[in-house]
Amino acid sequence: MSLWNFLVNYRAEIFSRTLEHLLLVAAAMLAAVLVGIPLGIGLVGRQNLRRWVLGAANVIQTIPSLALFGFLIPVPFLGGIGARTATVALALYALLPILRNTYTGIAGVDPAVLESARGMGMTPAQILWDVQLPLSVAVILAGVRVAMIICIGVATIAAAIGAGGLGVFIFRGVAMVSNSVILAGAIPAALLAIGVDLVLGLVEQKLTP
Amino acid sequence: MNTAPGADGLAVELRDVGYCLDKRQIVSGVSFKVAPGETLALLGRSGAGKTTTLKLINRLLETSSGEIFVEGRSQLEWDPIRLRRRIGYVIQDVGLFPHWTVEQNVAMVPRLESWPESRVRQRVREMLELVGLDVAKFAARKPSELSGGQRQRVGVARALAADPPILLMDEPFGALDPVTRAELQREFRELAARLEKAIIFVTHDLREALLIGTRIGLFAEGRLAGIYEPDEFLHSTDAEARAFVDSLGTEDGRDRSLPHVTGRGRKA
Repeated sequence: MSLWNFLVNYRAEIFSRTLEHLLLVAAAMLAAVLVGIPLGIGLVGRQNLRRWVLGAANVIQTIPSLALFGFLIPVPFLGGIGARTATVALALYALLPILRNTYTGIAGVDPAVLESARGMGMTPAQILWDVQLPLSVAVILAGVRVAMIICIGVATIAAAIGAGGLGVFIFRGVAMVSNSVILAGAIPAALLAIGVDLVLGLVEQKLTP
Repeated sequence: MNTAPGADGLAVELRDVGYCLDKRQIVSGVSFKVAPGETLALLGRSGAGKTTTLKLINRLLETSSGEIFVEGRSQLEWDPIRLRRRIGYVIQDVGLFPHWTVEQNVAMVPRLESWPESRVRQRVREMLELVGLDVAKFAARKPSELSGGQRQRVGVARALAADPPILLMDEPFGALDPVTRAELQREFRELAARLEKAIIFVTHDLREALLIGTRIGLFAEGRLAGIYEPDEFLHSTDAEARAFVDSLGTEDGRDRSLPHVTGRGRKA
């Protein structure tokens, strides 16, 4: 069966696997953003905490994805077989770029701008929302973009622990020694990554002050 | 003007103020008084404690000893945010918000203070005219589209926008080229004479201190070595004051020697 025919015949499953894939990534990214951005802001001005947190995030990043999925399976509450474990693992991978860029962006705001903001009587909350965040939004978004691409890629491995997604085709194709089946997973995953990267790139450009 | 000095008529008073950081005494025993309409120039070498003293006044730093009174009230009775909004602040690097237009930058404190929008716009126009910037031309620009001198004009307009009775300036013209600097110094002197504000002005340039200050407070090694009228300063016998006056002399000397170096290098 040619690749084209395969894609056409399996379009319903490809569509539902893509959706599954996106849901995994979206859930993980939501968690990573909700944790990573506030935590990154909190690291500014805290030397010691920063070393520990960024160090830990770095270590997580070096664990091979298949191994991280494996490690998480026996963990109570977070682990087990299925989408929940995969979401946790993906969120952990997404954390580092988001954390690091949030920290870098906020810490990189011109000290003179901060001094005048404080000196003219802005409250800390006003400084954060009106000055620090608008001035670092492009850097933070660049981190989210990198995290997103990592997530879309790593999520293909999530099929190994029964989390579904486009990886299902890839693992199935490997088992069947069928390039068509592998590509039915790989092509949509690649297109997803490229598409998301393009869109976030445009948003980033728009938001650069 | 909403100038509201304390019962003693003073805008700012420091009594025996000290500041230490990590057990190092940065500033100690500083006392001075500034009344509305006065400009006190704090003169001293780098690291003499001038900027630290300035930041103690608007509580960007907290005093370790002594007391500061602003409009007759002890500084500690003031809410720091309220205090800072009644004190204009201009720094050397200006610190305009790069993501805001000139109009938004100048309107900052009035908007924080929730002035009605029509009054804010009116005020921005007045302030830009006051510092010699054409409203139609500059209001919508971003700071990155301004020259250094224009930026500092906006910085002064922003500091004056909410009509604070006190103005703190930390080497505001220090980063400008000499021609622009001289221009802004002259204009600012005229502005200061009209405004009836209490101005405290940090500089390491005696010429600037003489031009702008109605009095000169000389800092040396974290202490206030003395407060002088401008004429008095030139004849002071204090060693640090002499050092500053002498530095003025050598600069003059170099200026006078300029015609002699034509055709040859400045250094033989």
